[in-house]
Amino acid sequence: MDGPLIRLEQVTHRYDPGRPDQVALDGVDLEVAAGEFVAVVGANGSGKSTLAKHLNALLLPTEGAVRVAGLDTRDPGAAWEVRRMVGMVFQNPDNQIVATVVEEDVAFGPENLGVEPSTIRARVKEALAMVRMSEFRARAPHLLSGGQKQRVAIAGILAMRPRCLVLDEATSMLDPSGRDEVLNTIRRLNKDEGLTVVHITHFMEEAGAADRVVVMDRGRVVLQGSPRTVFTQARRLERMGLEVPPITALAGILAAAGLPISAASLSVEEVVDALCPSS
Amino acid sequence: MLRDITIGQYLARDTAVHRLDPRTKIMSTMLFMLLLFLVRQLAGYVFLGVFTAAIVVLAGIPPRMLLRSIRSLAFILALTFLLQLFMTRGEPLFRLGPLVATREGLNMGTFMICRLTLLVVMTSLLTLTTSPIALTDGLEHLLRPFRRLGVPAHELAMMMTIALRFIPTLLEEADKIMKAQMARGADFRSGNLLRRARSLIPLLVPLFVSAFRRADELALAMEARCYRGGEGRTRMKQLAFAARDGIALTTVAVMFLGVLFLRGRP
Repeated sequence: MDGPLIRLEQVTHRYDPGRPDQVALDGVDLEVAAGEFVAVVGANGSGKSTLAKHLNALLLPTEGAVRVAGLDTRDPGAAWEVRRMVGMVFQNPDNQIVATVVEEDVAFGPENLGVEPSTIRARVKEALAMVRMSEFRARAPHLLSGGQKQRVAIAGILAMRPRCLVLDEATSMLDPSGRDEVLNTIRRLNKDEGLTVVHITHFMEEAGAADRVVVMDRGRVVLQGSPRTVFTQARRLERMGLEVPPITALAGILAAAGLPISAASLSVEEVVDALCPSS
Repeated sequence: MLRDITIGQYLARDTAVHRLDPRTKIMSTMLFMLLLFLVRQLAGYVFLGVFTAAIVVLAGIPPRMLLRSIRSLAFILALTFLLQLFMTRGEPLFRLGPLVATREGLNMGTFMICRLTLLVVMTSLLTLTTSPIALTDGLEHLLRPFRRLGVPAHELAMMMTIALRFIPTLLEEADKIMKAQMARGADFRSGNLLRRARSLIPLLVPLFVSAFRRADELALAMEARCYRGGEGRTRMKQLAFAARDGIALTTVAVMFLGVLFLRGRP
């Protein structure tokens, strides 16, 4: 398709119309191309969650417009199609699972869309395989780990055949291994299935895996680019309450000390290769 | 400690009774309950008792589980029997102070005990052999025809599903809050009833606050997944009647008609 999948034009959002000075989003322009992996980072209160909820019409812009595949989210007739195309995984794994059995929960979305029962069964099977949760299909959700619950939530979105997956701080309540599970899953879905991913997070090291990092501060997009270009702005990020990943910070210090290393190194391997080039 | 509580009393087995369609079981139980109040002869109750016992054996339910639920009703059973015995007018049997026991009272009392016992056993059988999810599905299907009369069939089923889904989550949370309060010196176990009830406040307030927060987030998540009520919604799992459902329903229907026929005779 031509043009971006999602386009935000001068989006401003105020939660309380009686207080025009409190803006959650302040004239945000943003485009997300089909197949792209975008990470949105920002400190608490930077407006990143508000931004996420604009992508699937859970919140509507006070000013400006959000278009998903050409559909305006303010059009009440388009809201459900927008939500089908842009699926969202939320922060708390417990509070988004509806059914008492894993496969029933994955079926919830397609059921709402009125899909044929036999087709739903096929889609549920496929979606659970895509997040590698097939063997848990008959389990009760409350017995799963946090990472597994989030993978079930992702499967629930996949079964609706979306074009874009939005993760609204979906990793922030997980332990490190659960976070890895979810990150590996979305990375794989993005690469192998070509699914567009918008990952909202306050963990900078998770943003390193994205094609593009969007940095938000006080309701505005203040910086965006590849992880490498964004991470070189360590000082600026720190002023906004964000920290570059430790290994990038170390590379920055080493580069400043005159070592032959890129200040925007993203991984330990990269730093090792730069410091001890194997002949 | 709260985690030991199981929801309902479903006993997972693989028997013919367990495999019956939930709709069959709900309808049969309802017909059976009606039967219990139509039968007027002791022989009828003996027959219904044998029928119930046959199902207990068929479903592989240990009888002591059923005895336990009857025992918890022992007081009500005794009270009902005594009330019937002494309050029914008729041919006097014996006297106890100002109270007169009658033959009719004895009959009525015995019937009442039979009715209540079989009622408890049969409804326990329903919940013992049907998982809560299957029960909810069955109820939704059975209530569907009444939607036009304003019965919110889908909404009721949805509420039950969500309740079932969140009971373990909330129990876990209650357990956590309880331990957190106990770590700060809260005492949930000593003192009289009033004191103990009051000690529950620091448990219930955070639990309720959190439940409301959960409800809010769940509603948002459901909306994001295109939930807009039962209209135009399909279900992945379809209920299907099998041959055994036909047999079960026919059996109950024949019993029902038989009783009606016998009732018509003097």
